[in-house]
Amino acid sequence: MGAYILRRILYAVPILVGVNIITFLLFFTVNSPDDMARAQLGGKRVTPQMIAVWKAEHGYDKPLFYNDKATGIAHLTDTLFVAESSKLFRFDFGKSDAGRDIAHEIRERMWPSLAIAVPTFLIALASNIVLALVAVLFRQTRVEKAMMIAAVTMMSVSALFYIIFAQVVFAKMWHWVPVSGYAEGVESVKFVALPVLVGVIAGMGAGVRWYRSIFLEQINQEYVRTARAKGLDERTVLFRHVLKNGMLPILTGVVVVIPTLFMGSLILESFFGIPGLGSYTIDAIRAQDFGIVKAMVFLGSVLYIVGLIATDISYALFDPRVRL
Amino acid sequence: MSLHPLYSDMLLWTMAAIVSFRWWRTRKDPRARRMWRRIFADRGAMVAAVLLGFYLAIAMVDSIRFERADGARIESLLDMAMRHRTVSSERTYSAPFATHEFVKSLVTEGNGTVAQRYLPLKEVHTDRWYADGWHVAFVVFASMFALTLLHRRLRKDDDTADRLPWGSAYAAFVLAGGTLVWLYVMSFSYHVLGTDKVGVDLFYVTLKSIRTGVLIGTLTTLVTLPLALVLGIAAGYFRGWIDDAVQYLYTVLSSIPGVLLIAAGVLTMQVMLETHADLFATSLERADVRLLFLIVILGVTSWTGLCRILRAETLRLSQSDFVTAAKTLGSSHTFIMFKHILPNLRHLILISVVLDFSGLVLAEAVLSYVGVGVDPTTYSWGNMINQARLEMARDPMVWWSLFAAFVFMFFLVLAANMLSDRVQYVLDPRNEA
Repeated sequence: MGAYILRRILYAVPILVGVNIITFLLFFTVNSPDDMARAQLGGKRVTPQMIAVWKAEHGYDKPLFYNDKATGIAHLTDTLFVAESSKLFRFDFGKSDAGRDIAHEIRERMWPSLAIAVPTFLIALASNIVLALVAVLFRQTRVEKAMMIAAVTMMSVSALFYIIFAQVVFAKMWHWVPVSGYAEGVESVKFVALPVLVGVIAGMGAGVRWYRSIFLEQINQEYVRTARAKGLDERTVLFRHVLKNGMLPILTGVVVVIPTLFMGSLILESFFGIPGLGSYTIDAIRAQDFGIVKAMVFLGSVLYIVGLIATDISYALFDPRVRL
Repeated sequence: MSLHPLYSDMLLWTMAAIVSFRWWRTRKDPRARRMWRRIFADRGAMVAAVLLGFYLAIAMVDSIRFERADGARIESLLDMAMRHRTVSSERTYSAPFATHEFVKSLVTEGNGTVAQRYLPLKEVHTDRWYADGWHVAFVVFASMFALTLLHRRLRKDDDTADRLPWGSAYAAFVLAGGTLVWLYVMSFSYHVLGTDKVGVDLFYVTLKSIRTGVLIGTLTTLVTLPLALVLGIAAGYFRGWIDDAVQYLYTVLSSIPGVLLIAAGVLTMQVMLETHADLFATSLERADVRLLFLIVILGVTSWTGLCRILRAETLRLSQSDFVTAAKTLGSSHTFIMFKHILPNLRHLILISVVLDFSGLVLAEAVLSYVGVGVDPTTYSWGNMINQARLEMARDPMVWWSLFAAFVFMFFLVLAANMLSDRVQYVLDPRNEA
């Protein structure tokens, strides 16, 4: 098991290097060291000498990918790319344009993001699975047909509509909760309730359909026929046997998402004024703050890869057929 | 007046030509015919096809562009048809079918006193004979109904066994088409969907947005398909280092969060367009190039899913007996890939193209909200929602621009979803009757 996990983690390294190459290329075409120097030094009359000095001071005077002045392995290591990526790998994201430490900001903004993302994830998981089981229980009846029509309709509505509708009805017209904002501690419940509700509803159509297709796949298996043949009623078959066996494919879809919950939801947080990582990212994109966007790209990729590894491990743990 | 197509117009028409050519070819192929008949044997699929037909038609009409003889402006056929709403606009917000402005303005009366009053709208004409909604509705819906009767007389059903559910298609045609035509006729007298902050007619804006949505939904496939096909088939067929390289590439791309990758790409593009601003003669052309870049970025970030599926399926197919037989007979690799593997991937490609469409239309709105969508001057539902959002705090609310954008977007996405459901169902071998 330990060797397997180690192998998977080592496999992640080249992928992260690839991610870094892409972000490096994307961002250095728009925000080259010269641009950074000009922005930092300010003013219109910046001489090439000043830029050169600034670059030397901040270590941006190295070549991008290949250093022909160095010797041996330093040909490749003494470059801007390696310097920049090793900073990212140490989670040293530098400072934002506003002069704040990005890593510190991320640590602080993680919690409001989780306050939205975790309840949304858990409630959505439970409600979608239950609804999908109900649909399967009533399969080939009008109930299922109605549920599926509702699901397609809900899928076709833009997430922005759910947000705006909920804000207008629950916050503006009925004054149940504030329109937007955030507070720490117990107070946070009234700010979190609406985004969580919207998050659950917005994902419900696609979610129920996905779980339903998983359960329908199981329904035609032989073990279900055996269970029915020995006289179990339909509900026991569904909730005991089908649910348990459906858990494996569900695991693949679900475990991979869990680490990315840290990233928060872009539009939910921004509409509801939650000071989380999602709104942080949107603000950074709008302000063209490349440092923050770069940090979030790296963080998101790391979390996704962690999710992939966790999926494989959970498979090894829960599926008796998988042996390592 | 001379034809003046933008790049996106040319691409859209090229794509339409390709699709109609393929459709014309498949008419002769009995298997493909049977498949399409099975797809449209479903009532939902018929309704979806009619709705999509309306959207596509409007998008195409909006993609035939002329330059006026005096060179003053470039107009599409849709602009010409809506000229009564484009030449002059109101001053500010007005509700659908309103006769007066939404907000009060200060007016100096004849006797010198200053009063607050709702000013009448300039471009609303209630005195015309076709300004009566009920009369127009009667004429429009009756003639739409007559059209369906005419089609019913003319149509030929080949066999009674699998008759297409024309009834629901007619119902959708009369309801959706009738509403659209009614709105159009009424737009000569009223602002049927209201006006926005600077008094622009929102019915016009919404109709123009259709082209943007359809363009993003369809043209992105032109980018994703070649990438996914070439790389997926090559990886699955040749295996070895090619497979490793392709797998590495799509794992890297798919591990970067989608929105962030798109955002990074769009930010890069923005800076590049700013530094080369002199390349574009008009702002229309710049916005068009930006839209195309967005489509390329969306395509480059979204081919990985299809590629993974195609690779797996190719891997399976290349071990099948007919491929081994072809190899023993000495067929070349290219021949095998084109004649034996590609035809067997067609259903997967069709499913993914139809499935992606609705997701892309929805994504446009979100991306425009984030600020990495289409150009702010381009008409799009995302931009409409984004502008209306700023007015949400107003009381009473300015709801109509949100309403217009969401309703038009909803029916397009719903139709696409319904069609893709049916396509998936029919192409799934487990559902073979």
